[in-house]
Amino acid sequence: MSLASILVPLPDRSPPPARRVVTAPPAAQDEPRVAKMVVDSLSAYYGRNAVLRNVSLPFVERTVTAIIGPSGCGKSTLVRCMNRMHEIIPGTSVTGRVLLDGRDVYGGHLDPIELRRRVGMVFQKPNPFPTMTVRDNVLAGWRLTGTKPPDADAVVEDALRRAALWDEVKDRLKAPGASLSGGQAQRLCIARALAVQPDVLLMDEPCSALDPIATARIEELIHELAPSVTIVIVTHNMQQAARVSENTAFLYMGELVEFGATAGLFTRPADPRTEDYITGRFG
Amino acid sequence: MNARPSSSRVDTAFQASLVLAGLGVATVLAGVAWEVLSLSGEALSKGGIGFLTGTTWDPVAEEFGALPALYGTLVTSAVALLIAVPLGIGSAVFLSEMATSRVATVVGVLVDLLAAIPSVIYGLWGLFVLAPLLREHVQPAVQAAFGSLPIFAGPPLGVGYGTAGLLLAIMVIPVITSVSREVLRAVPDTQREAAYALGATPFEVIKGTVFPFARSGLVGAVVLGLGRALGETMAVTMVIGNRYDISASLFAPGYTLAAVIANEFAEAFSPRYLSALAGLAVVLLGTTLILNAGARLLVRRVKGAA
Repeated sequence: MSLASILVPLPDRSPPPARRVVTAPPAAQDEPRVAKMVVDSLSAYYGRNAVLRNVSLPFVERTVTAIIGPSGCGKSTLVRCMNRMHEIIPGTSVTGRVLLDGRDVYGGHLDPIELRRRVGMVFQKPNPFPTMTVRDNVLAGWRLTGTKPPDADAVVEDALRRAALWDEVKDRLKAPGASLSGGQAQRLCIARALAVQPDVLLMDEPCSALDPIATARIEELIHELAPSVTIVIVTHNMQQAARVSENTAFLYMGELVEFGATAGLFTRPADPRTEDYITGRFG
Repeated sequence: MNARPSSSRVDTAFQASLVLAGLGVATVLAGVAWEVLSLSGEALSKGGIGFLTGTTWDPVAEEFGALPALYGTLVTSAVALLIAVPLGIGSAVFLSEMATSRVATVVGVLVDLLAAIPSVIYGLWGLFVLAPLLREHVQPAVQAAFGSLPIFAGPPLGVGYGTAGLLLAIMVIPVITSVSREVLRAVPDTQREAAYALGATPFEVIKGTVFPFARSGLVGAVVLGLGRALGETMAVTMVIGNRYDISASLFAPGYTLAAVIANEFAEAFSPRYLSALAGLAVVLLGTTLILNAGARLLVRRVKGAA
């Protein structure tokens, strides 16, 4: 698949087009594919220091996009710009656009609070809320913002099932969030993010603190989620990118080096730096 | 592992010295408690429970009751905490969650300085600045608005429970602020980010994740402040009014346990009198221990429920 075929024309500050609905079966390869999010000429700064320079990337609806690159290449910053988490650190700034359903999330029509409910996030280290029960952790997105889901029990069960955690915790929903193992805690964080029904799930090295078995479970889970959520996964593990993603972007020193279908990028990289990285010559 | 016997000997000596240090602390506490208890034995055994519930303090007739002083200690500490807890924790939240690092550093140093001012200076300021200010401006205005309430009844003297409580609050705020600030700073950023990423506002992040995470530490900060309020002697003695009485009005003069002991120790001419003062010390020690233990229990229960 070429880059052009998955890019949709970007309306600029005009009213958004009616959201295209992908009809079943969602994963059919020959259907027109919509970019759920698009990063357009994005640069991000800590103070004056640019950590991301002029990056443009599409994220196709209901697929997994992996972002790979050596440490410090800006991959975490990239996903943190997509739900405006970058700006909660003092002294940071962003230029360029990030489109969600064709509209710029920095354009003022959507406040960051609302954006973050539609674009969920899972972090490197599992960070469940230790003082809340497992159940309350799942509902945290609702509880923290003072809202109530229509049917809390159903939300909890659905989110935990989607996160492949239900069978393990259904008998101890009242146990504290801190009582789970690392892998379970990370799946609890995924359930917590899913409970508010996001369109997009950003995963920032979600397996880096987990053992291989827990990692395999999360990867399996990513496969199961892909048909219903647009997933962006940051990883320093190239095998993981190859296993879970459909498209891969390679970032190096804050710049986008290469983007394309994962299979192609790993077998026939177009840029020599990509080849050096995936063959293990640096990073 | 045993190739270096000398190192194991050093270890043994080190461990022994640590055990000694630990025992030393316990011994001092036990020694103080024993000394005060034995000194107060006469007053406590003669007065019995009446020592705790009696309201008369008459050294000439050798009639001693601790209730007014206990009441004064509890009321002034309660007033102090009522004012100091929201302000102290509020400023700690500002310092750890909102202020830029430069502002936080400057204000943080000022807060620590405030905690280091000797209490007699607070007392002087309370007597010569705070009390006249309250007498001439604040108390008449409060009475004009809420004069019918018994807690604001009586002539505006400037000194009394309310003034002492307010002064204690000022002294306790830096303690609560600086401990709470450290506690809040210890909350991992990953917790805040988790909440932000779920669409929480800064207020919701603090209320929903930072406070629950820091809860036991914040209670610890308040308990530390309470300890200072209960035991504070000098400043309170100067602005409490030193009248051995129980009064519902915050404007009325009163007495506290620590203030009675400090004021009357030099004139305790009879063993019975001295013993009664030691009895007050026992009551003060007991109050502090009970409130401390209560707060710890509270923290444990809140933790257990979570």
